[in-house]
Order: sequence, then C-alpha cells, then structure tokens
Amino acid sequence: MSADWQDQSEVFNGTANVGLKDRRSFDGTDTRSIPAFVFGEELADIANEDPRVVVLTADLARSNRANDFAAVHPERFFNLGIAEKNMITVAAGLASTGFVPFAATFASFAALIGCEQLRTDCAYPQLPVRVVGHHSGMSLGFYGTSHHSLEDIGITRSIADLTVVCVTDANHLRAVLRASMDYPGAMYLRLGRGRDPEVYSEVPEIEIGKAISLKDGADLTIIATGSTVHPSLAAARELEAQGINVRVIDMFTVSPLDEGVVLDAAATTGGILTVEEGNITNGLGSGVADVLLENLVLPTRFRKHGVPDEHVPVGPPAGLYAHYRLDTAGIVSVVKEMLNDD
Amino acid sequence: MSVAELREKARFIRTETLRLTKIAGAGHYSSVFSCAELMAALYYDELRIDPTRPKHLARDRFVMGKGHAAIGLYPVLADLGYFAPSELDTFTRLGSPFGDHPDMKKIPGIDFSSGSLGHALSVGVGIALGGRLNGFDYRTWALLGDGELAEGQIWEAAMSASHYGLGKLVAVVDNNQLSIDGFTQDIMSTGPIDERFAAFGWQVHRVDGHDLNAVLKAFRSLDEADPSKPQCILADTVKGKGVARMELSTDWHVGNLVGEDYDAVMNELMEGVI
Repeated sequence: MSADWQDQSEVFNGTANVGLKDRRSFDGTDTRSIPAFVFGEELADIANEDPRVVVLTADLARSNRANDFAAVHPERFFNLGIAEKNMITVAAGLASTGFVPFAATFASFAALIGCEQLRTDCAYPQLPVRVVGHHSGMSLGFYGTSHHSLEDIGITRSIADLTVVCVTDANHLRAVLRASMDYPGAMYLRLGRGRDPEVYSEVPEIEIGKAISLKDGADLTIIATGSTVHPSLAAARELEAQGINVRVIDMFTVSPLDEGVVLDAAATTGGILTVEEGNITNGLGSGVADVLLENLVLPTRFRKHGVPDEHVPVGPPAGLYAHYRLDTAGIVSVVKEMLNDD
Repeated sequence: MSVAELREKARFIRTETLRLTKIAGAGHYSSVFSCAELMAALYYDELRIDPTRPKHLARDRFVMGKGHAAIGLYPVLADLGYFAPSELDTFTRLGSPFGDHPDMKKIPGIDFSSGSLGHALSVGVGIALGGRLNGFDYRTWALLGDGELAEGQIWEAAMSASHYGLGKLVAVVDNNQLSIDGFTQDIMSTGPIDERFAAFGWQVHRVDGHDLNAVLKAFRSLDEADPSKPQCILADTVKGKGVARMELSTDWHVGNLVGEDYDAVMNELMEGVI
C-alpha cells in the first residue's frame, strides 16, 4: 500500500460545469414538445447543476438526441458503439463510483439484448442506473420485429428492484428525468418514438409510483401508459361528446403499480380497460388484473387492450396503430364494444 | 508483505476454501486454488485499500469476474478486518451474506457483485471511467478466467477500454486451462490470449501465476507501463493447484470432500510447498 492515497479528498467532484451552450433547434423545427428531442437537452440542463449525470449510448446519439448532451458536456458522454451489453454494464460500473448514468438505446435492444445486464448489474446491486429504451412498441413500424419492443414491459416488470416508467410526452419526460435523479435504485425508462403528441402542456408535478388522473368519468376507466395515453385521452373526449363518461388514468409507473388508483377505478366506475403499446402478455393489463383479483375487487367489465401475442405485420406506425385499434378511433370502438357487451 | 508470508496467505486461502466448502456441502475448490497466489498478492500487498474505510472513494477496486471463486476471497476480507471471521461460519446458510457468488450490498469489501461470467471487465471499464472523471488515481482490477473469455461481452469491454485509453484498468487472467467440461482449448479455444488482448489495444504481461516473485514483479511493473493502454496480466496457472488429485482435473470444478478425503487434502495443503 502506498502511504498517501488515503489523504485524497473523498468529496465527490463529478465533473466541472462547462457551461450551457445555446440550445440548437433541429432544422428550425420547434422541438419543445418532442420527447426524444428534449432528452439530451434536458439532461444537459440537469447536468449543469448536478455533477452526477453521465450519458451513454450505443451508436444512437442522433436518434435519441444524446448528441445534444454531448455538445454541452462532452467529457460526460460515452458512446460505446454497437455493444449494448457492455454499455449497460459500464453504466453500472460508473454508478458504483457515484454517478447517475443514463444509458440509452432502442428499447428492443435495451430490454432484450441487455436484459441480463439490466437485472444482474443494475437492479440486483440497486445502483442508480437509468436504462432508457426509446422507440418502444411498434414505433419503428416497418423496421419489423427485430426493432419492435413489445415484450419490454413484461420483461422489466418481472425484475425485482427495478422501477419501470413509461414516458408520456416531452414535458412528462422532463419531469421524469428530474424526479429520477434522487430516486433510489435502478430504473427502466420507456420512451416512445419521440414524436408522441403533447398531453401535458407544461412540466407536470409527478411522483414516481403515483398515477396521474387526466380526466374523470363514471362509466368506465381507461388505464393507459406511455404512447397510448394521448389517444386514450382523445378517445375519452370523443366519447364524452357522445354522452359516455370515461375516466383516464396515466399509469406512467408500470412497476410498482399504483394499486390504490386501480382499486378505486374498479369500485367507482365498474369497468376497466387497460391500453398499452405492447404484447398484452404480462404487460400493464396483466399487472392491473393481478391487483384486482388479489384484492377481490372485481370490475364489472375488464379488457386488456394492446398487441396480441403475435409478430406484427409490416407497416408504417400509424397503419399498425390503426390495425391494432390503438389509435383514437380504435380505442373509441373498443370502449363501445365493452359497454355494449352485456 | 514478504513472499514467504504471502505464500502462507495463499495456503490460508486454500485451507479456508476447504473448511467453508464443508459447511456448504459443495464448493469450487479448484477455481480458487488456481488464483490463490494472485489473490494473496493483490490483497496483502498490492491493492490500495483500507478495511476500516471500505467505501473510500480513492481506493483501488477489485471485481471478481470468476465470482465462483469468492469462497477464497471471503476469508481474506475477514482476515483483513472487513468483518469478523466468525461470520464466515454462516457461509451459504439461509440468510447469510455469503453465497457462492459475492454480493456488494451485503459484504463489506466487495466492490461489485458478480456471478454471471463475462460482465466484470465492463464493470471495470465503468469504474475506471468514473475514477478518471472524478480525478482519482486508483486502479481497477478485474480477475477473469480463461474460460470466461469465451463470453462476447469481454471483447466488447476490451474494445471500449482501449478506445477510452483506460491505463488504470488491469485485467488479471487466471489462465488455469480448464473450464467445466474440459480443457478450454478443447471446449472453446480462447487463445492466444496474449495476442488477442494485444490486438484489442492492451499491453500484456505474461507471468507464472503461482510464482509470487514473478506476480509481484508484474504488478509493480504497471507503474512503468504505457499509461494510455489498459493492462492485461496473463497469469499461467493450474486449475486445482496444490492438491494432486485436483490439478488439471475436470472432476473438481464443484466438489465436496468428506471424511478421510477431507483430512488427507487438508494435510496435503498444510504440508505442501504451495
């Protein structure tokens, strides 16, 4: 042992604030409400105040806009190339030294290729790694099954000590990123395509683990998450014009579920429809069903709506959403089916 | 610590492994015996650690890729004062901190949990990056098995370590020649290990992993090594070293000695030069 190493300061320095550069617009587009486009910017802002933030990606810095972070904090950005397993475990190593790493790649690769690293290296040691799976669900459309992540909710929901959050829109992402900084343990953050339309006109006050009630109603409750919140809310508004009052819950934390909100919905509205952009096997709907049955609070109507247990056909995202009735019109029709199914 | 004293510590690692295996009813004898000298040299001479301050941010880090050899590490940590030696008696019993693979949340002195082969070098890359970002000059050590090198993630990590110029990262390869099903070169040839690490941008030092003088010399030579390159110490070892019936035998990756066999092997270890 050398003599003087213990004299080194134990103050966690992180990295120096290099100053926030002007935000760059993307081809003149107003990017303020586009989740993927605010990902890097918002983290860069957080990093100005918080030396723990580091960002990693696996050759997708353009896609997830980690490059906006890298432009401001280049010393805190690590591109690990096309090697997702290594990226996630490197993030875990960084977390063990005091950093809060955000490791971002396509959801299909984060949750499927990196599943074991997410469990064994992040969740099991309870390290504050935030694995960010973007372009989730069918949002990569005609890229096909290799690029779809219909299983990631089911996979991550079944990992202990892993908090699973599905991001709703840009302002919600801002809130989630900030709330995540001091949230204990590992998290999986599921982002949509990055073009999800606005649900929250300003940054919402959130508490991870607590669902947000977006609209009240007495006839039925839609419990939605991530990319399906917007069309669910739009569907509820359309139904309202037809005299059907639907409650809409943004269940953005998929694990752990906000059980109180689920039980209250069953008790006060009778029917429950869960909506998710993912395989309905072991997804949000399964979690909600578990809560209801275990508590013997049985809804009068119940349906898990999402992607059936099949590989989806080729098509652009909008076409696939219509095909699986995950767009506004589709959700309206599903609600009507449920209410007429007596 | 003198070489003679380190030799006794290596013997202690082996005999404690025997004792703890008896508690569990099964254990990885031979995987520990191949790296007993490496662990002794690291923990009793090389590592910059303070058992009274196990979380010191400037400490050297040690990540055990071959986590199944943790049974040989736990007694070392107890011996150094990280926890009371009597706690080892709970080894593998229900609720014990000490399982077959090490858990950083439960055991003081364990820098990272392990068990699934192929992860530790990536952990080391992250810890080394974190140290550099934070301005610390600690070294990060990852102990890997030669069979473990068949895991693809090892080479993802090796690539990233040289890409980021992590000169404070050291991979110690316990080249004990065997994995579970047989000789590594027959199951899946992971060599030439030295040439492969060199091709991935690492500086490689090859030593006899049971020769404590050579091991210590290799560790000390790191101060003069190329600071822009991650360092690989390729330690040629013998799986099961020190017990005749176990040396280069595929029958002892997991085993349990009972009765006269236990006594005979304990005597062999106590009397042997290794």
